[in-house]
Amino acid sequence: MKLISAIITVIIISAILENFLPWWIIAPVAFVVCYLFKLKWHIAFLAGFLGLFILWAGMAFLIDHANEHILSDRVSVLFFKSVKPFALVIMTGVIGGLVAGFSGMAGSLLAKK
Amino acid sequence: MRRIGFLASSIIAIALVVILNHPNLAPGAPALGKFFDPYNGFWQNAESTNHFKDINLNIDGLRDMVEVYFDDRMVPHIYAKNDEDLMFMQGYITAKNRLWQMEIQTQNAAGRVCEVAGDKALPVDRLNRRIGLGFGAENSKAFIEKDAASNDLVRAYCAGVNAYIKNLKPKDYPIEYKLLGYAPEEWTPIKVALLLKNMANMLSVYEFDIENTNFVSKFGEDQFRYLYPERDSFSDYIIPKGTKWAFAPDSALKAMPEAMPKGDKISDMDHDWSEESYDRIIEKPKELNGSNNWAVSGSKTKSGRPLLCNDPHLQLNLPSIWYEMHLVSPTMNVYGATLPGAPCVISGFNDSIAWGVTNGGRDVRDWFKITFKDDSHNEYLVDGKWEKIQRRIEHIKIKGSKEFLDTVMYTRYGPIVFDGSFGDVKSKQYLAMKWTAHQGSNEFKTFYLLNQGKNYDNYIEALTNYSCPTQNFVFASRSGDIAIKEQGTHPLTKMFVTDGSKSENDWNQIIPTAHNPTVKNPERGFVSSANQFPVDETYPYPVTHVGIYEDSRAIRINKLLSDTNKMDAAYMMKIQADNYNVYASLLLPTMLRLIDRSKLKGEELDALQALDKWDYNDNKDSKATVYYEEWATEFKNMLWDEMSDPSLPMRKPNSFRTAYFLKNDSTSSFYDNQQTGEKETREMIVLESFDKAMNNLKQKHGSLSQIPDWGTHKATMVHHLSPQLDAFSRMNVYCGGNASIVNATTHDHGPSWRMIVDFGDMKAYCLFPGGESGNPGSKFYDDMIDKWAKGEYYMAKFEPKEQLEKEKLFKLVASHE
Repeated sequence: MKLISAIITVIIISAILENFLPWWIIAPVAFVVCYLFKLKWHIAFLAGFLGLFILWAGMAFLIDHANEHILSDRVSVLFFKSVKPFALVIMTGVIGGLVAGFSGMAGSLLAKK
Repeated sequence: MRRIGFLASSIIAIALVVILNHPNLAPGAPALGKFFDPYNGFWQNAESTNHFKDINLNIDGLRDMVEVYFDDRMVPHIYAKNDEDLMFMQGYITAKNRLWQMEIQTQNAAGRVCEVAGDKALPVDRLNRRIGLGFGAENSKAFIEKDAASNDLVRAYCAGVNAYIKNLKPKDYPIEYKLLGYAPEEWTPIKVALLLKNMANMLSVYEFDIENTNFVSKFGEDQFRYLYPERDSFSDYIIPKGTKWAFAPDSALKAMPEAMPKGDKISDMDHDWSEESYDRIIEKPKELNGSNNWAVSGSKTKSGRPLLCNDPHLQLNLPSIWYEMHLVSPTMNVYGATLPGAPCVISGFNDSIAWGVTNGGRDVRDWFKITFKDDSHNEYLVDGKWEKIQRRIEHIKIKGSKEFLDTVMYTRYGPIVFDGSFGDVKSKQYLAMKWTAHQGSNEFKTFYLLNQGKNYDNYIEALTNYSCPTQNFVFASRSGDIAIKEQGTHPLTKMFVTDGSKSENDWNQIIPTAHNPTVKNPERGFVSSANQFPVDETYPYPVTHVGIYEDSRAIRINKLLSDTNKMDAAYMMKIQADNYNVYASLLLPTMLRLIDRSKLKGEELDALQALDKWDYNDNKDSKATVYYEEWATEFKNMLWDEMSDPSLPMRKPNSFRTAYFLKNDSTSSFYDNQQTGEKETREMIVLESFDKAMNNLKQKHGSLSQIPDWGTHKATMVHHLSPQLDAFSRMNVYCGGNASIVNATTHDHGPSWRMIVDFGDMKAYCLFPGGESGNPGSKFYDDMIDKWAKGEYYMAKFEPKEQLEKEKLFKLVASHE
């Protein structure tokens, strides 16, 4: 339950702050949320990773869907040398997820004595 | 343990942020975190394909309300209440769709690519500065400022671009900025001037003074006259033969000293002339940078009113070189192709007139040898006196490196492009360049006046402001006039490198603009141009025209326009898509007659028989075309191998001359291949080039029976402007045509804008190989390519706003409160 609340909190706060602040604001967000929720370190990693994976991959998926893969087809050729729009969505989620995951983990480890 | 865990995870988290925020981890890679962030990165460039909503904007700088309707191809129709608002909004809307392209093109002309691409662009930046593009742009900017009305409108355009840039957040930047990691900068009038100079650099560098000098040094004057004749007997001039000139010639302009290098001059230019680098560094214009335009009088159309067509041929690029627009104000209602970054319509029509442009192949550039007093290079010789050199220091900023300073010496003629510090010139030759593009001029005014033009007189008046690059402006009016004029500033230029120590060699004589070749309502009922030689022998002034263009397109177009008196828009479409290869029809019969068939068997013989039956059409589904094009290319290379000496740049005779030569000259020493000990004859190189061509095809495709058809083999591509961003290019566009064919579509070059205006029903048909949007994440980025490849058209929505209100995709209303 705590995990799910943490994930939702990470998603909501990140989504709001991303509108004004640079992309790396997701790191302090995950850090602070996991600190305040006092999660175990591996749960904290999951909270950060899943939160940002869902947020970033989800956003990318919605944008990509509305765009009918026009841009993701081209950008995936740039990165993977072949047309793989879905891989680009996953990669987006993983990048955000890793940053938030490790930040969340650090936050949780600071919290407990 | 916990403390170690905290430290470790913190370090990993911070390291991830730092790494993902850092550009260029792999060469050219963006900062991945920034780039993939769906809120600010590239995903923001992915536009919805079916969700469009109206926009209301409050923009500082507008005087009144402006309405912009976007139609189903995203063509903007701008309705403004005054011209300044119109130009303002043209700038705003163009920036919204083409910002990155506008900026990179001016950065290229200004020699500022290093700022974005790093030191690998240094030779290009130095060259563009040393040939004086910035110098010319500064002169043009100052010239435009002298005309208050032009100045206000150019400034309004810039203000519009800046109004758009000002409100951009990084997430809104075009994707290329995000990939290359930089930000848009302010748009200024000098950039408008730079764009026009960039055009001049593409379209007015048709001189071969150095190559001609070398050729004469090596082969003599007679061969020069023979292989590079001013006119060919079968030439079909722009101004029909026998047209009377409507002006009294200026007799002072007649006597022109012959510039042919003779005696010691030739030896001066001989092998010490080590301009190996010249060819490599200054890219020579392709004979492909041609274009077609024509206008047909009402006497030859079904409707009884004129038709006008234009298709300029340029490098096929994305974002597209042209941006289609409809501009309406109380003074104009104009539609056509605009050049992103510059105001007005360049090739288009309004409710009274239509016009289009093709390039005039005039020589408007000369090279002067400079004699310095001493090694300080402070003074140089003119008429026995020493003149002072001016120095211009070019500050080239380089991404990731320190600034590069380049000192360019300026003479009375212009910049010394090659001076030993540039272009690894081994011998100490100092060459100054003089070029009409260095002079201040106001081409903008020509287009502004054409945009508002009502009749023939307005058209002629508009052209008087036009200087460089020389263009053949075709014209038609709804009231029934047709005309064409070759317009530009035309000094009596030289064909060879000339001696700068004598002022008599300078451009002391310039043809008056009123005396430029023109014809109105000729008897034959049409006017046309396809870059060919402009005039017959009765024209009273010397014409330095470089002759790299061929008459093939002109001959074909004129034939098709003569064939019928019942022309309509559909017939015009057929002409623009015509694939008949006039050059092949002249060259191939001789090749087929001369080839020794007894030496061929099997697949080769089959290929030859396919050529016997070929109808000379470079159609996309033809295989014979592949045999022919490969053979013709090899033949030309083998025949003119004498001109491929890397230490001595020369040019090859044009294709028409090649066909004439093969047919009529059986014994020339040019048939001998320089690479072999043997002495080749005409028949031998016909056979050898055929063998080589067929071997090339076999190597590429396995066997001759497996070769694909012409459209597949040619594999036309529309290339993204940045060489690193191939993923944004469009590859393998299946279509017919080739160089020197009316449908001049080659592998990467072709009709960059097709337009047909029918004054019968006031309808126009147009499209270009790309799309209105410059964003690779938009469905309007390349949506016109497929129709373009098939030779199909869209009907321009040249409509009143009540009609557009019904058909629009969405509407933008801007005003200043």
